[in-house]
Amino acid sequence: MNIQSINRLTPYMFLAPAAAVMVIALLYPIGYMVYASFLDWNPSQRIGEADFIGLRNYVNLWNSDSFWESFWVTIRFAGLVVSIEMVIGVGLALLLDRQLRGMAALRTIFILPMMIAPIVVGLMWRYMYHPQVGVFNRWLNDLGFGTIPFLGDSTWAFASVVIADIWQWTPFIFILALAALQSLPQSALEAARVDGATGWQQIVYIKLPLMMPVLIVTCLLRLIDAFKVLEVILVMTNGGPGLSTEILALRISRTASEFRQLGEAAAMSNYLLILLMLITAIMFVYTKLSEARAARLRAIAAKAAQAEEEAV
Amino acid sequence: MSRISQHDETRTNPAFYVLLICLVVMSAGPIVLMLANSFKLNVDITSPTAGLLFMPTLQNYETALCEFLWYEPEHLRRCDPTFGRALVNSLIISLVSTALTLVLGCMAAYSIVRFRFMGRDAASFTTLIMRMVPPAVLLVPVFGIWNEQFGLDGTRSGIILVYVAMNLPFVIWILQSFIVQVPIQLEEAARIDGAGPFRVFFLVVLPLIKPGLAAAAIFTFRVAWNEFLLANALSDRNSRTVPVTIVNSITEYNIDWGVIMATGMLLAIPPILFTFFASRQIITGMTAGAVKG
Repeated sequence: MNIQSINRLTPYMFLAPAAAVMVIALLYPIGYMVYASFLDWNPSQRIGEADFIGLRNYVNLWNSDSFWESFWVTIRFAGLVVSIEMVIGVGLALLLDRQLRGMAALRTIFILPMMIAPIVVGLMWRYMYHPQVGVFNRWLNDLGFGTIPFLGDSTWAFASVVIADIWQWTPFIFILALAALQSLPQSALEAARVDGATGWQQIVYIKLPLMMPVLIVTCLLRLIDAFKVLEVILVMTNGGPGLSTEILALRISRTASEFRQLGEAAAMSNYLLILLMLITAIMFVYTKLSEARAARLRAIAAKAAQAEEEAV
Repeated sequence: MSRISQHDETRTNPAFYVLLICLVVMSAGPIVLMLANSFKLNVDITSPTAGLLFMPTLQNYETALCEFLWYEPEHLRRCDPTFGRALVNSLIISLVSTALTLVLGCMAAYSIVRFRFMGRDAASFTTLIMRMVPPAVLLVPVFGIWNEQFGLDGTRSGIILVYVAMNLPFVIWILQSFIVQVPIQLEEAARIDGAGPFRVFFLVVLPLIKPGLAAAAIFTFRVAWNEFLLANALSDRNSRTVPVTIVNSITEYNIDWGVIMATGMLLAIPPILFTFFASRQIITGMTAGAVKG
């Protein structure tokens, strides 16, 4: 390493511009939000004029049934969406993992849904679910069934929102699972094949366990993103009917802009942030643990190799 | 090797191709449907007998883009410049914020990867944590700060500032994994030849991580181009972006489906083009973020 000889300030000069922007426009706003969550503040006031009310926003939220309903809608949505997407995405990756002409074209088509603006995705699905002009209800009517209120009934609305999210994000899991599959050590698979393992056995005993680290990271990344989903639902249902599709991110935005209670919205943002912190902490601890395990395994392997060498 | 390929050939049965076709139809179907609808008159969209047969028309696009047309569309009584203005705003905001994010992000990523300095782990950990902050969480503070302290409320620079900050953690994270792969010997050679750290970075490292930069650029552009919530809070009449105008034109009843589908398509076109021309970079970017962990 020749690096010590460079000016000591260089790394800071490289880092400073990005750090400055992140501090000004990311860290400072988050600190500001923590402070705002202790205020009774509406958008027509300057922040200095708002009354300090301590933890009242948090307590009010804690005791509010509608907040808890939103909370559980969020958890249900994220849990359901991520588990269904994991099953379908990994399943498809296992099915389609073969040398196939045109695989590149297929992948291109699969990533389209997640590149398009969430607003547009919401628009598309809102059109398709529409009671009169939407294609789904038209097909149902042509087949002689009645109209289904896809977005008008609370159970259906929740299911419709979940389906739209699955359409948009399953490809993400599929692509990552496929990448993981294709980077598996060929020797292990070859050995299993020589030993006569059936396709099913290869999947359950070799492919899935070897893919596990990537799958868990993928799952957690997706989980964090599922808590950020907002625009699709905003366009499709705006949280309705009732509170059936009002996830927390959407509730924060409505509390701030429609009900004009910035303090309460800030407190809610903090609850959401704490939840996400927990999830990220789990992800971080897991990555560290698996790294440590891999290092230990490598050390053992190295020692074994050394012992073998000495024996020879 | 030949055994494996044989094996695969024998297993590929017709059901497999049926599955593939279903998947393609399912993922591209809604987009194609929307594209088709954007070429229809509202009469054709809402009539119960609508099918695949209709007269394609550019009317919806003419309505949306009337400001840029050199002729006066016949069906329009008055040209509404909202969408055209929003398109210009969206382009400026996304391009500028992408460029800024890339420059700042690759410098920061380089310093985190290549130098050992005080606070290096803290910097790397902070970027990781910041990645998970949902835009909705920034809504309240950004509203207050941009308005009262920075005086950037309603300007394009205000929106650009948030987008740069929002995208930096992700860009730093992605680029780190590309910079790690640049052989350090190259940099040392350049340095022995007398290049300073900045020249090494711009002339040696940057050209080598072009694929990473492309992936990062696409993701950043996509976020800035598609974002609605913060743009909605920060923009005024003159700095509105396309997503904001689309949401504003969705009212509870009586949606002008044709025009809204056309504007939606216009919003979707740049990401779709990126996907067709750079799908390999997109996939590299996605996997670099997760498979590496």
